[in-house]
Amino acid sequence: MGNLQIKKSAKKYDAVIVGSGAGGGMAAYVLANAGLKVCVLEAGPMFDPAKDSNQLRPPWESPRRGASTKFRPFGDFDGCYWGWDIDGEPYTHVGDTKWEWWRARMLGGRTNHWGRISLRFGPKDFKRKSIDGLGDDWPIGYEDIKPYYDKIDKMLGVFGTNEGLENDPDGFFLPPPKPRLHELFIKKAATGIGIPVIPSRLSILTKKINEERGACFFCAQCGRSCKVYGDFSASSCLVIPAMKSGNIDLVTNAMAREVLTNKEGVATGVSYVNKDDLQEYQVEGRVVILAASACESARLLLNSKSPRFPNGLANNNGVVGKYLHDSTGADMGGIIPELFDRKRYNEDGVGGMHVYTPWWLDNKKLDFPRGYHIEYGGGFGQPVYGFQWGIENLNGTYKVKGKQKEAGGYGASLKEDYRYFFGSHVGMAGRGEAIAFESNYCEIDPNVVDKYGIPVLRFNVKPSEYEIKQAKHMKETFAEILHAMGAVITWGGDDGPENNYGLHAPGNIIHEAGSVRMGSDPKRSVLNSWNQAHDVKNVFCVDGGAFTSQADKNITWTILALSMRASEHIVDELKKNNL
Amino acid sequence: MDRRKSLKVLGIGAVTTGVLIDACKTDTKPAPVAPAAAADGINRMPEEKEHEEELKNMKAFFTADEMATITILADIIIPKDDVSGSASDAKVPEFIGQIVKEMTEHQTPLRGGLRWLDMQCLNRYEKAFKDCTQQQQIEMVDMIAYPKKAKPEMAQGVAFFNLMRDLTATGFYSTEIGWKDVDYQGNTPNQWNGVPDDVLKQYGYAYTEKELKECVSFDKA
Repeated sequence: MGNLQIKKSAKKYDAVIVGSGAGGGMAAYVLANAGLKVCVLEAGPMFDPAKDSNQLRPPWESPRRGASTKFRPFGDFDGCYWGWDIDGEPYTHVGDTKWEWWRARMLGGRTNHWGRISLRFGPKDFKRKSIDGLGDDWPIGYEDIKPYYDKIDKMLGVFGTNEGLENDPDGFFLPPPKPRLHELFIKKAATGIGIPVIPSRLSILTKKINEERGACFFCAQCGRSCKVYGDFSASSCLVIPAMKSGNIDLVTNAMAREVLTNKEGVATGVSYVNKDDLQEYQVEGRVVILAASACESARLLLNSKSPRFPNGLANNNGVVGKYLHDSTGADMGGIIPELFDRKRYNEDGVGGMHVYTPWWLDNKKLDFPRGYHIEYGGGFGQPVYGFQWGIENLNGTYKVKGKQKEAGGYGASLKEDYRYFFGSHVGMAGRGEAIAFESNYCEIDPNVVDKYGIPVLRFNVKPSEYEIKQAKHMKETFAEILHAMGAVITWGGDDGPENNYGLHAPGNIIHEAGSVRMGSDPKRSVLNSWNQAHDVKNVFCVDGGAFTSQADKNITWTILALSMRASEHIVDELKKNNL
Repeated sequence: MDRRKSLKVLGIGAVTTGVLIDACKTDTKPAPVAPAAAADGINRMPEEKEHEEELKNMKAFFTADEMATITILADIIIPKDDVSGSASDAKVPEFIGQIVKEMTEHQTPLRGGLRWLDMQCLNRYEKAFKDCTQQQQIEMVDMIAYPKKAKPEMAQGVAFFNLMRDLTATGFYSTEIGWKDVDYQGNTPNQWNGVPDDVLKQYGYAYTEKELKECVSFDKA
């Protein structure tokens, strides 16, 4: 090795932001546009959907026809670099516990490929302990965050409808797309058995909202990121536009190692390893804003040890890493015989469902706390790797064009079957709220480091009976809806107590939250209501780590709203020299 | 403002005060990454580009004889018909030869299945599958192509043929020929105006007044 030494930045920034996803991107946007000098550290490379998206590329351009790799677990064209496993960056588990940890490494992070499901938390979601006695109330309420939801609705764009639902608040919506055919089947069947189905709420521009971004052209490929910026990504809609201010220095391939502090116990900046030259750097800032993802931000704090902070930064009470939780998830799918041999037309639509089911039941009448929403899929999906895999389970069971065939087969008759069944599949996925328990946590593994020598996380998360009962309820509901629509279950129908009713392993839904939580009690939380560390006033965390609880809603819109709120507060405090 | 100018990606030296006297001697510096796009045109990060290169340079897994058998089987599974071409027209055998380099879980089931098939044919017809007559080949395939009626002693052959069917179909329908065959009409910019009227009528659906009022609609051309 050559002469390794630490290179210190000559420039002192107003803020150093670690991470460029929803939380970090929003913080960079607010601070830079307020005239503050910002350094953004991103652990992955530059990514601009306008030129880097794989949108509209057909599967035959991929040697694996769009199948996934470890680099792109959601498929070869997906808009996210890395996922469950990153070369040289391991993580470990206590005993046989499971936590599936998704890590994006690129400008904009996982927002380049996310589902764009943009749900506000409702008034009840901030006060769950007051309702059911479990977990903790947030130190803020819906009224505190509502103005920020309103602002991001208008600034970033989201389609949906105002339904006047108590815990699924109205917003400023663009018009939603009309339901697809299988969604009409779902809507009729579900509403017929008392389950509401309403237009989904996705941050996709069904109408143009400004000159910088184009409108959706209905290719269903938001997951690849959008070349015309027709959907929300932190890259296209926050960091890249904010760089026009001239106030942002973006350092890509910068893997943060530690938050630096001085003798007074104040953060002074961040140290990082540059993955291109493998040299060590330090960058100074008046405030440090963590937005590296819930678990990476916890890891950074835990790894930032000093004589003054022997347990890691902002961790005098030992709470960092605890209360880690993910959305619950369980799925089921089937076929709709009525849709065999369908007339063909382009029904790609937007990149996601056009309708969904918000939580609709009263937990007082159920054997589990908290709820879930239902996401729907189906129709003429693009034929890629895996197309109609296992047709022998289908083509002997149903008559094809009036003729009973033997399962399996080959030849012209088989080709007829593939055409016949195309577009008749339907799927549903429940995504719900898990309770944040102190006993579910990530910590530093005392024995393992990654390839940069940074100690890695060890996870200890177990689902509770609450989540398992919720999954059981999801499965029963899905079976009822599928039955009511005349569909036949083809997968996810035979789960039981032996596999927690198909409940996904924690982490699998990729809504990590709670590990750097906010709270009004400094003994039992890491951050105050401004996403500011109780112990270190110039350290903030604006990713999912800050969440006191998760709600039965995808967390991105709330990360954005909280980050905007915290960032405006930081601007005020910096201007008043309070930080 | 020119966006490229504003994209200030920090380089060494631009903001550093530390001077690395012998930095150029360091052996930890990674090789520079080729700035050109991947040959297949797909956006890839540097680690992926390296992986794609490795795959490209990897020697073939299947022997020429194995590839010949795979080609015959693939064309039995997806032959040319009134609608579209055959598996080999869509280069499915090449796809199978390629995909097993990465999806190594398919290697042994395919290699072993091919050998199982040849041994069956050798015992029955005194020839490897590819050297049998077309009639013998079909006779053999009929014994393993129908999972529910196949004899129990054919179970390994059934498992092999199921995998061949899946790989052949996936390789075929993920090509332009395959898309046209199943008449997939998407993957193109358009304006979603809802389910066509005749289709709504066919299934007895109609958009509600609420939907028509609140949903986005576009003038029909």
